[in-house]
Amino acid sequence: MQIVVTLSHVPDTATKIKISSDRKSIDPAGVSFVINPYDEFAIEEGLRTKEKFGGNVIIVSYGNDGAKESIKKALAMGADKGILIKGDLNVDSLTVAKALATKISELKPDVVFCGKQSVDYDSSAVAQMLAELLNLPSISTVVSLEFSDGKLKAKREVEGGLEIVESTLPAIITAQKGLNEPRYASIKGIMAAKSKPIEEATFDASQNKLSVNELRLPDSKRKSRIFDSEDASISELVRLLREEAKVI
Amino acid sequence: MKFEGVDYYHIDDLLFDDEKMARNTIREFVDDKVLPIIEKHYREGTFPMHLVPEMAALGIFGATLPEKYGCAGLNNVAYGLLMQELERGDSGIRSFASVQSALTMYPIYTFGTEEQKDYWLPKLARGEKIGCFGLTEPDYGSNPGGMITRAEKVDGGFILNGTKMWITNGSIADVAVVWAKWNGVVHGFLVEKDFKGFSAPEMKGKHSLRASITSELVLDNVFVPDSHWLPNTQGLKSALMCLTQARYGIAWGVIGSAMVAYTTALDYAKSRIQFSRPIAGYQLIQAKLVWMLTEITKAQLLVLQLGRLKDQGKARYTHVSMAKRNNCEVALEICRVAREILGANGILDEYPIMRHSANLESVKTYEGTHEMHTLIVGEDITGIPAYE
Repeated sequence: MQIVVTLSHVPDTATKIKISSDRKSIDPAGVSFVINPYDEFAIEEGLRTKEKFGGNVIIVSYGNDGAKESIKKALAMGADKGILIKGDLNVDSLTVAKALATKISELKPDVVFCGKQSVDYDSSAVAQMLAELLNLPSISTVVSLEFSDGKLKAKREVEGGLEIVESTLPAIITAQKGLNEPRYASIKGIMAAKSKPIEEATFDASQNKLSVNELRLPDSKRKSRIFDSEDASISELVRLLREEAKVI
Repeated sequence: MKFEGVDYYHIDDLLFDDEKMARNTIREFVDDKVLPIIEKHYREGTFPMHLVPEMAALGIFGATLPEKYGCAGLNNVAYGLLMQELERGDSGIRSFASVQSALTMYPIYTFGTEEQKDYWLPKLARGEKIGCFGLTEPDYGSNPGGMITRAEKVDGGFILNGTKMWITNGSIADVAVVWAKWNGVVHGFLVEKDFKGFSAPEMKGKHSLRASITSELVLDNVFVPDSHWLPNTQGLKSALMCLTQARYGIAWGVIGSAMVAYTTALDYAKSRIQFSRPIAGYQLIQAKLVWMLTEITKAQLLVLQLGRLKDQGKARYTHVSMAKRNNCEVALEICRVAREILGANGILDEYPIMRHSANLESVKTYEGTHEMHTLIVGEDITGIPAYE
C-alpha cells in the first residue's frame, strides 16, 4: 500500500509560549518543537498498516526547515521517506491543504493518515479540506481501524458514543487519541533514518486569504476565592470544583 | 512533566542530530516507563524486569556494537547520552544496561570467537539473555590481580573454582563472564546459569542500588567447555578493558542523577517560602544552586570531549578514570546539597533525591574507587605507581 502521513511540527504543549516582537507570531527561541501529538497516532497507524500489508510510508509536511527535525523522528520511527513543502508559516488552513494536496496527489496514496488536529492553531480543518481537494472520502476522529477487501471500516468518536463507518479506498483518516500507542524511535531506527531521504519542495502561498492581526497571551491573573471551614462553604467549594472548574 | 535537561552552556549545539534524537528517545522512555514505577521497585528492593524487553526494543543493549550482531552501531557520545538518561531514571537501570553492554557484550565482542559472537550477541541485544561480569572477589576489590578463582584445564574444557562478589545482575543472568586464573594468568570464561556447580545467590540488605540485583557467584568445580573460553583475553588487562567501557558509561550516567537533583532543588527553592519569600532568593541557597549548575556543566564538557576522543580512538583509560572520578564525586555531592535545600522534605521518596544520593554512594566506589582512579591518573602523570 502507498501510505501517506501528514505531519505538523508544533511547539511542545509543555513549553512556555512567548510572542515575537511583531506580535503576530510565536518567538521560537527557547521553544521546543515536537511532532504534533495527534500526528504521532497517524504515523503509528501508517507504520502498522505497512507492517500488515506492505508498502511505503511517506511523510508529507508543510513548514520551514525546522520541521525536518520532526520528519527525521518519523523516519526513525520507521517511515520510509519524507517530503517537506517549504512555505510561509503564517497562512490559513486552506493554503496548507492546497500545498499538501499538490504533493499528495502525485504520490497516488491508497490511504492518507492525518492527526485529527494540530495542537498549535487547533483549526481541525486541513485534513477535511485535503479530502475535498483530492476528491477522497474522509473519516475523522478515528479510534479504531480495519482494512479488508480494498475497503476500510473505522470506529470514530461522536458526541456521547461511537460511530462505525465503512469507506472505499483511497481515503483520508484523521487519528484520535486511543487509535494506538505510538512507538518510540528506536536507536536502530535513528541510525537507519540517517540514510533515508527528505525531499524538499516549495509552494507558492500567495493565494493565502487569512492574516493574523495580533497574537496575545491569555490573561494570567487567577481569580482566587477563600472558603472558610463551615459545612455550607465546603458544599459550595465542591459544587464549584464540579460545575465550574470541572475537576471532580 | 517532561524533563527538559540541563544545558546552561548550549552544549546541545555541540551534538549531532542523531545523538540528540537518541538521547531524546531514551528521555521519553524514562519519563513514561521508568519514573512512574521506580520508587516502588526501590522500596521493595526489586529490579523492574518488565523493562528489559522494552530497553532491548529501543536498542540500548550493546548499542555501539555493529549491526551484523543486531546492534545499532552508535557512536560513543550517543551511547553516553543514553547512559545519562537511564541514570536520570535510576542508577540501577543504568547499571543493568552497563553490565549487559559494556561488561557482557563488549568482552564477548572483543575477546570471543566468531561462533561465540554469533550465538550470544544478538540474544543479549534482544534482551532474551541477560549477562553479568564476575571479576571482584570478597577479598580482592581494588586489587583484582590477586584473585583466588582458578581454572584448571581438563579434557574438553576447564574446571573453575572460586567465589565472586558484588556482581550486578548475577541472580538474573543467563551467562556470566567469569575471570579466573589458569596457570597464573587471568582468562575470561562464559559460564551459563545451569552449569553444574554454579550458583548466584542474591546479596540482601543494601541501602543503595535497591532497584538492582547484586549477587555472589559461587563456582564449585564447574565444568566449562572449551567452546566457552574467551580465547582472545590477554590477562588482567582484558578484564580492565571491559571496566574502562563501563566506567565511561558511568561518567556520563551520573550526570543524569546530578541533573535530577539540581532541577528538583531549583524548583523547590523557587516555591518554598520561608520568612515570606522563596528560599531561592537567599544568597546561601543561590550559592548552592550556582555551584551545582557549574559542576554539572563542567561534568558535561568533560564527558563530551572524552566521548569525542573515544570516537577518534584517542581516549586512554586514564582519561576515563579522570571523568569517572570527577563526575561521580560531584554528582554525589550535588545530591547531598540538593537534599539540604529540600530540608526534611528531601528525605522523602516523594522526591527522587535521596534515592539518587544513596545510589551514588555505590557508584562512587564501584568500577574503581575514587581513590584508585586518583592513583591511576597520578601514576599516569608522574610515572610512579602509588598503589604498589
